[in-house]
Amino acid sequence: MEALDIARWQFGIVTVYHFLMVPLTIGLGTLVAILQTRWHKTGNEAYLRMTKFWGKLFLINFIMGVATGIVQEFQFGMAWSEYSRFVGDVFGAPLAMEALLAFFVESTFLGLWIFGWKKLPPRIHLACLWIAVAGSIVSAYFILVANSWMQHPVGVEMLNGRPVMVDAWAVFTNNTALVAFFHTITGALAVAGGFLLGISWYQLWRRRKDGIDTVDATGRVIVGESATIPGRDKKDHSVWIKSLRFGAVVAMIAFAGSAVSGDLSGKLMFEQQPMKMAAAEAACHDGTSFSILSLGDVGSRDCSEVVAVMEVPGLLSFLAHNDFTTEIKGVNTLVPEYQAKYGKYLPDDPMYGDRAGQEINYVPVMPVTYWGFRMMIGFGGLAAAAAAVALWATRKGTVPKSKALMRLALIGILAPFGANAAGWIFTEMGRQPFVVAPNPSMSGIDQVFMFTASAVSPGVSAGEVIFSLVALTTVYAVLLVVEVVLLTKYIRGGVVSAMPELDQTKKTDDGGAGPGGEADDDVLAFAY
Amino acid sequence: MDFLPTLWFILIAVLWIGYLFLEGFDLGVGILMKTFARGEKERRVLLNTVGPVWDGNEVWLLTAGGATFAAFPFWYASLFSALYIPLVFVLIALIFRAVAFEYRGKVHSDMWRTVWDWAIALGSFVAAFGIGAMLALTTTGLPLNANGDRVGGPFAWFTWYAVIGGLAVVGFAIIHAAAFVALKTDGDIRHRARRLVGRWMPVGLAPMAVWAIAVALENGKWFSWLLIAVAVACAVASWMANKAGREGLSFLAMGGFLLAGATAIFSAAYPVVLPSTLDPLWNLTVENASSSSYTLGLMSIVAAVGVPLVLAYQAWTYWIFRKRITVAHLPEPHEFGPAVGYVSVGSTSEPHFEHTTTGGDS
Repeated sequence: MEALDIARWQFGIVTVYHFLMVPLTIGLGTLVAILQTRWHKTGNEAYLRMTKFWGKLFLINFIMGVATGIVQEFQFGMAWSEYSRFVGDVFGAPLAMEALLAFFVESTFLGLWIFGWKKLPPRIHLACLWIAVAGSIVSAYFILVANSWMQHPVGVEMLNGRPVMVDAWAVFTNNTALVAFFHTITGALAVAGGFLLGISWYQLWRRRKDGIDTVDATGRVIVGESATIPGRDKKDHSVWIKSLRFGAVVAMIAFAGSAVSGDLSGKLMFEQQPMKMAAAEAACHDGTSFSILSLGDVGSRDCSEVVAVMEVPGLLSFLAHNDFTTEIKGVNTLVPEYQAKYGKYLPDDPMYGDRAGQEINYVPVMPVTYWGFRMMIGFGGLAAAAAAVALWATRKGTVPKSKALMRLALIGILAPFGANAAGWIFTEMGRQPFVVAPNPSMSGIDQVFMFTASAVSPGVSAGEVIFSLVALTTVYAVLLVVEVVLLTKYIRGGVVSAMPELDQTKKTDDGGAGPGGEADDDVLAFAY
Repeated sequence: MDFLPTLWFILIAVLWIGYLFLEGFDLGVGILMKTFARGEKERRVLLNTVGPVWDGNEVWLLTAGGATFAAFPFWYASLFSALYIPLVFVLIALIFRAVAFEYRGKVHSDMWRTVWDWAIALGSFVAAFGIGAMLALTTTGLPLNANGDRVGGPFAWFTWYAVIGGLAVVGFAIIHAAAFVALKTDGDIRHRARRLVGRWMPVGLAPMAVWAIAVALENGKWFSWLLIAVAVACAVASWMANKAGREGLSFLAMGGFLLAGATAIFSAAYPVVLPSTLDPLWNLTVENASSSSYTLGLMSIVAAVGVPLVLAYQAWTYWIFRKRITVAHLPEPHEFGPAVGYVSVGSTSEPHFEHTTTGGDS
């Protein structure tokens, strides 16, 4: 393998990994801020407990997003220097703005929130969290502006062979970016909703298994409490049932939002990157039908062996144009069009390395785009349906005693993560062979596009990239295990894991020296 | 002289100085975790002096990187790709360090804490050394060809300058951190930190002086020497203030040393942002490496709004957490087991089943 292929694998791995943490940060941060606001307004202690518990899990995850985010910014220059030189005039700006206007806000105010319990006035403390969450949302916007420019370059002119920004408004209101932003935020909320739902289900199930909660003849819950298990009082039940319902409702609304934004995104993409959508469909010939299942060798690049097994007539046209009759161009029609516009062979230039002069394959890897597209929608829909079922199943105040159902609810947490990852893999792989996809409305000398084959750092050897790929993947794998182990420990610990003061069994031993005791006015409310 | 590229060169220098000033002490505190702190309580005191602020400090690095990408894409691309291997180490170091800060106290076990202490100490050391090496090399040069790509293999960057730059930031970070710890703690640790500053300052700051003198000898202007003299004066003032027990003044004077020293280095290098050691014609300069004036103008507006805001709310954060931390301020480590139908006994938390007294069905 040469440096290019390894660098692409590396980019894919570190980016998908980073994006396991990011949606949970954005989504869960928002939900924790809502919960703390509820506590602030109602004074109901259940909301304080929810804020503390979900806030703790949020922080365990947040730091992993921060740590892996640094790699994202550095790797453009390290592994993709030709790309950085080509796009720097327009692509660097949103990245710099992300750091200066969003990430600073997020990190600083989150530090204030973590260490500011009891130190800051409650309203200021709450405001710090909202400001931090706003920072993470604005951060997503800037990153998506940068990414969307690679999908649909706007606001630039070619000067000495490089695009230079001439219209910042066009870059920052790129319709691709606005829709992607909407889609990403709803996707993040879906992740957080499923997270609350699955874990709360486990907690309610645990309370039933330990004999704390029981049900009467009609199936309605009788809330109990345990003297021996730390934190398992009556309020504890309220924490979990409220969390479960909140999570389920958020998951359903978020899915509806991501369906709408996904539809908008799809319609733009039919127009802006027709090949990507044809590949998403494994649609070889022009047509109007959406494929439910296509068999045969979806990966055969000339499309000769793809057999559409099951199709919904007209649906593809509806997805693209809101009608049932407009023909959508298939791969076989698009390839000659792309060849006419962007060339049949890579230029005979040393920057393309061994690939110089080779024929360009304009068709993305179809099994990836075809199944990526379907996994994104499938996992998302599955999670939303599960949330609806969960709401109905818990209408009498607790969950069924079934262990299998509890396991399903926990595994279900992964579905929205899967949908997010599949969506990104689809849209990034579907853009190939371009790293900057051409904007079809530009022509002649205005045409801005770049092949991935010419984007990699010419001075960096394959050995160096192999080294970093192995090193980063190993570190990431180890840290994923650590994060999951820690999350599991804190989840199993229940609210007490985030609120030591609830542990009745310890309070008596300490003779009142626990946090909040009068002897400890100077003791920090939180310390590392 | 082009106005906007020069302005952005200055701004990027400001971002690096801001980064070295702020993260300088939290990197140093990280290194001190394994070399200076005595016992678990002192390690926690050290950790909590930077607890609320280290993450905000680190964003200065991301902003410096992002601003270089936006304003000087050719500088960013050549520097980062040329230093591929060392930057991989810096990234891994920063990852471990960040995670360690957050995870260290999350499990109540000596082995767990020891592992993360090493992650903090080594991560801080490697990150400081790598970033110092990178900054030294961008002022002294790398073997770049006409396209700005490194030639001569993955380790062609390894020179004495890389070592001096690495030691410069490590040394500064340790002394700066000791001054910070003296300012932010109380009790025995505070006095030991002051002794550390008094004893080791000349050694710790020497590599940065060597770096500044080397750059000034190569292509310095008359004011380079003046700035170096100011830096040395600041270091002496810091040392004397420390001896006199004026910890705040000592810390600030240390900042003056950094400001004057780094300004000497950057201004001597100007207008070259990254020299090619193969051919001066291939040097990257503020003119041939910069973005268009439209982009620089846009970014100038953003920076004019953003930088004062950041300074304001970060200053407020330091004000909120201004109190000295002592061993007595630390809450007890929180131990908990699973909230399930058995209780844990003793610190080994071996679970054994106990019948629950509530509820009927089992």
